Amino acid sequence: MSDAQTRIADLVKNNDVMLFMKGTALFPQCGFSSRAIAILDRLGAKYETVDVLQDPEIRNGIKEFSDWPTIPQLYVKGEFVGGSDIMMEMFESGELQELLGQPSPSGDGK
Amino acid sequence: MPMAASEISDMIKAAIPDAEVTIRDLVGDGDHYAARVVSKSFAGMSRIRQHQAVYAALKGRVGGELHALQLETAVPQEIISE
Repeated sequence: MSDAQTRIADLVKNNDVMLFMKGTALFPQCGFSSRAIAILDRLGAKYETVDVLQDPEIRNGIKEFSDWPTIPQLYVKGEFVGGSDIMMEMFESGELQELLGQPSPSGDGK
Repeated sequence: MPMAASEISDMIKAAIPDAEVTIRDLVGDGDHYAARVVSKSFAGMSRIRQHQAVYAALKGRVGGELHALQLETAVPQEIISE
């Protein structure tokens, strides 16, 4: 495994909710990354981000890692979830809330 | 380099022959599109696999010369209710 692949694998393993994005959570540099952050914030999720624009090795490596050509990419508990379109679909259906272990608005919450 | 909507649609249909493809040019610059792809071949596939099938059909264009393709995939309604 190349160095970049090892670094990505470690990031994904060590962070329950890991978002690879363009820019930072405070200043996303792309509309899709911005949408991903908005969804995670809306859910009150605790997450880590990596700015791939600052790290060309990860920017290229992540596409190979997941066999997925675009960024952002969300990983939850070590599993690739998808990009911002899939995040939005899962948010709307309530699946993302469930995956992140957040109480759903209609649920009794713990 | 921007791609024409018809080219995107043709490439998807070449790889997924039964696909119903709807493309919207989001900004009007030929570089930011939204695509909805409906195909029976998606039945039983996870969302990730469905999107990967469309990306594969576009042969590396997405994330390269095609910056933004907002993607929605689905299985035809009659299959779901079967």
